[in-house]
Amino acid sequence: MDAPRERDETEALCERVRDAAARKTPLVIRGSGSKTFLVNACRGETLDVAAHAGIVAYAPDELVITARASTRLSDLEAQLAANGQMLGFEPPHFGPDATLGGTIACALSGPRRASVGAARDFVLGSRIVDGRGDVLRFGGEVIKNVAGYDVSRLMTGAFGTLGVLLDVSLKLVPIPRAERTRVLEIDVAAALQRVRAWAQRPLPISATAILDGRLAVRFSGAESAVRTAEAEIGGEAIESAPFWAALREHALEFFADSRPLWRLSVAPATRYAAFDGPQLIEWHGAERWLKSETDAAELRAWAAAAGGHATLFRAGALQVPAQDRFHPLPSALMALHRRLKAQFDPHGLFNRGAMYADL
Amino acid sequence: MTRVVALHTSPRYAAQAMNEAAKRRLDPAQRADLVRALSRVLPADAILHRDDDVRPYECDGLACYRELPLAVVLPRDADEVAAVLRVCRERNVPVVARGAGTGLSGGALPVAGGIVLGLARLSAVLEVDPANRSARVQPGVTNLAISRAAAPHGLFYAPDPSSQIACTIGGNVAENAGGLHCIKYGLTTHNLLKIEIVTIDGERLTLGADALDAPGYDLLALFTGSEGLLGVIVEITVKLTPKPSRVRVLLAAFASVESAAAAVSDVIAAGIVPAGLEMMDNASIRAVEAYVACGYPVEAEAVLLAEIDGSDAEVAEDSARVEAILRGAGATAIRIADDADERAALWSGRKAAFPALGRMAPDYYCIDGSIPRRRLPDVLRGIAHLSQHYGLPVANVFHAGDGNLHPIILYDTGTPGEQERTERLGTDILALCVEAGGSVTGEHGVGIEKLDAMCVQYATPEIAMFHAIKHAFDPRGLLNPGKAVPTLRRCAEFGRMHVHRGRLPFAHLERY
Repeated sequence: MDAPRERDETEALCERVRDAAARKTPLVIRGSGSKTFLVNACRGETLDVAAHAGIVAYAPDELVITARASTRLSDLEAQLAANGQMLGFEPPHFGPDATLGGTIACALSGPRRASVGAARDFVLGSRIVDGRGDVLRFGGEVIKNVAGYDVSRLMTGAFGTLGVLLDVSLKLVPIPRAERTRVLEIDVAAALQRVRAWAQRPLPISATAILDGRLAVRFSGAESAVRTAEAEIGGEAIESAPFWAALREHALEFFADSRPLWRLSVAPATRYAAFDGPQLIEWHGAERWLKSETDAAELRAWAAAAGGHATLFRAGALQVPAQDRFHPLPSALMALHRRLKAQFDPHGLFNRGAMYADL
Repeated sequence: MTRVVALHTSPRYAAQAMNEAAKRRLDPAQRADLVRALSRVLPADAILHRDDDVRPYECDGLACYRELPLAVVLPRDADEVAAVLRVCRERNVPVVARGAGTGLSGGALPVAGGIVLGLARLSAVLEVDPANRSARVQPGVTNLAISRAAAPHGLFYAPDPSSQIACTIGGNVAENAGGLHCIKYGLTTHNLLKIEIVTIDGERLTLGADALDAPGYDLLALFTGSEGLLGVIVEITVKLTPKPSRVRVLLAAFASVESAAAAVSDVIAAGIVPAGLEMMDNASIRAVEAYVACGYPVEAEAVLLAEIDGSDAEVAEDSARVEAILRGAGATAIRIADDADERAALWSGRKAAFPALGRMAPDYYCIDGSIPRRRLPDVLRGIAHLSQHYGLPVANVFHAGDGNLHPIILYDTGTPGEQERTERLGTDILALCVEAGGSVTGEHGVGIEKLDAMCVQYATPEIAMFHAIKHAFDPRGLLNPGKAVPTLRRCAEFGRMHVHRGRLPFAHLERY
């Protein structure tokens, strides 16, 4: 499948969109398909964007890369690693052919998020095709740019409902010179307290995970800083990279449980709440994975009271009505979403219903 | 530190502004009706409508544009803000939200026939939450006040625009303000969790969350930097950052701008992220040395200031590496400062750059463009060439770490033709930034100043989409109309900050 992966398909994609607009035929944007499980099923013709791949510009000393949306995430990361750099948001792939575009469209961020930033924090610019088939370019390749609304960040996490991502420019970060992980035996309430206290100090912590009476903490940065922090925090050393990769890719034993997987995004200092089913807590308390058949309304009410929201991340065997995957929005906010959607995609072509029934 | 700003009025702008004003000007009966309606929702002391009372609001930090508002309202809470917006929407009266008015691009310039919605009375720090590393504040709180409130917990609010003692957080969000340390800590947009806004319909919406993300579109990102065109911010939850335990500043001298620029690239390529990384050229060095005697090497063609922060161990390791890199790149001398006073002394030259240059000529223009770092030598050569061509000296101060360039044109309005030459030179410099792959504004915003420059950076479909976004929030175009996004017919001219010996608003504020 890798043969023609370096093509600029802009013209062909615009043509497809214009054609669909003329026929008022909805489109389902598809890269490698690795993120399909995340969204509601949507009907329409498949708009296959997989051929629109390749790195457009990469200047390592600029810490910026621009790549076409269907560039394979693994190719991109290999290229960055060869230059001692990486994506600061440490995105999960969820599949060997995962693309940059899908990652940005779904705003996926991994273990480093609470310390370093989310996908949207690293997006500097984008090129998109809107619902009229026009190519628009927003932002750019510079770190500081306050000209115009920040449409590139709006695209991040819009699940393709506002336009087809063509290219994305991202700010990069250097790979930390040292990175090591320690594991402490500790119960969940005490672990939450520890991570909360650490987060208030300038420690070189780049990830934490609480699971099964254990707290894993990853230190990243200058060798001396990592060594000092390790000495202070203690615990048992484990091999760092494989653990966080398995966590990031949902390959840990925890995720094998057949119950639905909920993602509870809450204020980090939120107290531990036991629900029926195991929890894995990341992001210094702010992201809580729950394997449970607990009622959606109960989880949503709890997450909302904790300053956040609940997403049904993997439905498992659960039959989910389309409106139940993502946390519902207040009606005034939903109305604003619809008005924005109408401006970008006046014919309602793109990924209809992927997020919410009427977007 | 007396600097001054002259009224700088481009005839074209003046004519346009007058036409627009004439269209909008309310007759006395309408004005009386508006004030009556406002006084039903606000206490009397919250409404200013006599010319003398509203005059302090006629401009912001870009004093070359002035306009008297119909009225100024000073609500005390979000409900009053909503009530004001409903009154204005019913009467089709434009609304310009304003914090401290320190913005440099005219974003808070009143609109003829409109009101100014001053948010200064919403000035409470509502909550500092160290456990969640956040602070919930009202929009009229100053940037620095947040860090002060967070300090007892060992935390601070990272974005630090030069006006931070006076500028408000509401304005920071509206402008997506930067600062000297964005290379490491990010811009305003990276340091927000949640905002509460009131729409033009008087409806309250929450964008973002106490959690690290929120469901739906990232409207928090869209709203940040939207310059008051989409809604009025009534509450902000910012992210706080742990204070680093140690800070070290290095000052390095270079025999050429090229070698200094190469040193910047080398530092970045080595995987070090300094907290700040600033560059000044020889003209700037000489100006600040003459002004504040900060001990900068006047023979150097360029100096770099690098600030390294973190834990003791980290700072020791990183600063040793930075020092080696700077020497390797050809630094002719390096000074290092650890304690707070010494660091302040090294920074004093950089922070005095604008006023120091202001002493060198009767007038100066400060340009705010951003470029990819690697293009710096080319762009500086281009600027030197243009400077020669127009016969006007240009000094360069540069947020080198994040590619934000502040060329400063020195000139004299008293010399016939020089004003026009300066405008053309500024125009050409911004075009150079865009050609190099950069932006016409790195941190000052578009406001009224850079409306035309926007047309150089963006093509028609993007500008049309910006208007469409505005329409989704504010279909009647009542919120800060005419700012930030140009009408396509205006795409003809660049703008810039103009400083002259008149009265500079906020003359006591630092600007760098």
